[in-house]
Amino acid sequence: MSLTRQDVEKVALLARLRLSTNELDALTEQLSKVVGYVEQLGELDTEGVAPMAHAVEVTNVFRDDAVQPSLPREQALASAPHHDDACFLVPAVLGD
Amino acid sequence: MSPYTVIIGLEVHVQLATESKLFCGCSTAFGAAPNTQICPVCLGMPGALPVMNRKAFELSLRTAAAINCQIARFTKWDRKQYYYPDLPKGYQISQYDLPFSHDGWLEISDPKGKFEPKRVGIIRAHLEEDAGKSMHDERAGLADSQIDLNRTGTPLLEIVSQPDMRSPAEAKAFLSELKLLLTYLGVSDCNMQEGSLRVDGNINLHIDTPGGKVATPIVEIKNMNSFRAVERALAYEAERLYEVWQETGQKLGDVPKQTRGWDDAANVTRGQRHKEESSDYRYFPDPDLVPVTVTDAVVEQVLASLGEMPVALRTRLETEFGLSAYDSDVLVNQGRALVDYFLHVATATGDGKLASNWLQQDVLRMLNERNWDIAAFPVTAPALAVLLKKVQAGELITSRAREVLQAMIDTGRSADEVMREKGIEQVDETELVALCQELVAANPKVAEDFKAGKMQAIGSLVGQAKKKNPNVNPGRVRELLIEALGKL
Repeated sequence: MSLTRQDVEKVALLARLRLSTNELDALTEQLSKVVGYVEQLGELDTEGVAPMAHAVEVTNVFRDDAVQPSLPREQALASAPHHDDACFLVPAVLGD
Repeated sequence: MSPYTVIIGLEVHVQLATESKLFCGCSTAFGAAPNTQICPVCLGMPGALPVMNRKAFELSLRTAAAINCQIARFTKWDRKQYYYPDLPKGYQISQYDLPFSHDGWLEISDPKGKFEPKRVGIIRAHLEEDAGKSMHDERAGLADSQIDLNRTGTPLLEIVSQPDMRSPAEAKAFLSELKLLLTYLGVSDCNMQEGSLRVDGNINLHIDTPGGKVATPIVEIKNMNSFRAVERALAYEAERLYEVWQETGQKLGDVPKQTRGWDDAANVTRGQRHKEESSDYRYFPDPDLVPVTVTDAVVEQVLASLGEMPVALRTRLETEFGLSAYDSDVLVNQGRALVDYFLHVATATGDGKLASNWLQQDVLRMLNERNWDIAAFPVTAPALAVLLKKVQAGELITSRAREVLQAMIDTGRSADEVMREKGIEQVDETELVALCQELVAANPKVAEDFKAGKMQAIGSLVGQAKKKNPNVNPGRVRELLIEALGKL
């Protein structure tokens, strides 16, 4: 299976990536190869094999409902490109 | 007769009453300063590892069991990917194809008979994390929006109903019953103002046409911030859908599902962005979280620990204590603590209707007036029962008992103490007879009028008796007066 340019454009939009024509061409080719590589798995006979939900065979890992200290706000905001010492600042979000 | 049937399904998000978040130890307390309850897990920092809160899962199981859902023996969490500034990881941890519960129902009814009692199906209930909050002050003319991530990662139970409701009133009843149930279970505070309970509605119409039934496109409604808003928004949307159908003739499938927001002040819904197709969320199992298995023993334990749910409790109040559907509904809707108060008073006095009347007319009125919880009510159930037994024994008439109750509320003293202080005591029968004879003898005019057939003449004597001794029972005085006058 190979990906079309439209497939890659759609994925890029969902990932909020703006791609140039050259990048789009290159990525279409590269992503097609990745998908083709993974597709080899389709050659295996999985008849009667239950789908796997997780690679590690461990279940029921829980923690107790106990409050732990949070980050100091300064530190939480430190790596944000923009903040006003209380909130992260992002380009205007209007409506929903 | 309406030319259409309204089809409504609801999606409810309930914030679970945990101390800490779903996947980390940050506090879930409401109202903290922005971004003071966040950590690397909330921020989606590389290397941060989410670990499931046991209590959140337990509360989820309780709720699912109470709404009669099947509990899955194997469940897992998935990443729902979308970009939004209040979602720092770029995905929400949710449940996709293997939710922990599915296929349940909740019974709704209306004590005033606006609709027939019915079971509303529950498609599924799953456990997911909340997103943060974005704020934009348009009036301040700011170029940026502010993001507060305190709410990020708070445990949410998403409950999705079948499209089984046929009117906005049924939708409101479903929400009221669900909220009551959640309060009985103690799984959420259900505070809509603080966002602990959020509701989205899906609505369309089935229209009768000469060519058969036609379904209109489905609309999802958001921003409904109270149960009243839900009812009004759905009523508005049903009419709007009918108008749109008359104009365009659009049927289900002709246009993509639309999302509209309710504007409570303007009383209208407005179009919002088109909903992305679910495949656009590119769900896949979250490799950071391991699956959860639930044994039969755990399910049985959860079911056994549920206690009496509102529906069962209403029935019990009706059958065991002879209350009307209306009265049992009023009491049960006040919450378990008030029902326990009622049960004590009703059992102690052996008269459910008496207990119900006093609770509704006196106790509830006072709770509303003073904005008290039943736990804060100064008169305990045993103390009220003592007072009501005096009424039953004829030691106190209702109006005097009300005075006593008021004093008990104001001073926190017992019925006996208040009665002693107020000098309220039962008047001895011989004393009463003597008083009546004295009054009859002192009022020959009244005796004459009575003999002439003017029954109302007795009223003035009853008044005088009450003046001489406020403790007398006016009904008994009347009887004795008639007796005394008859002997003349």
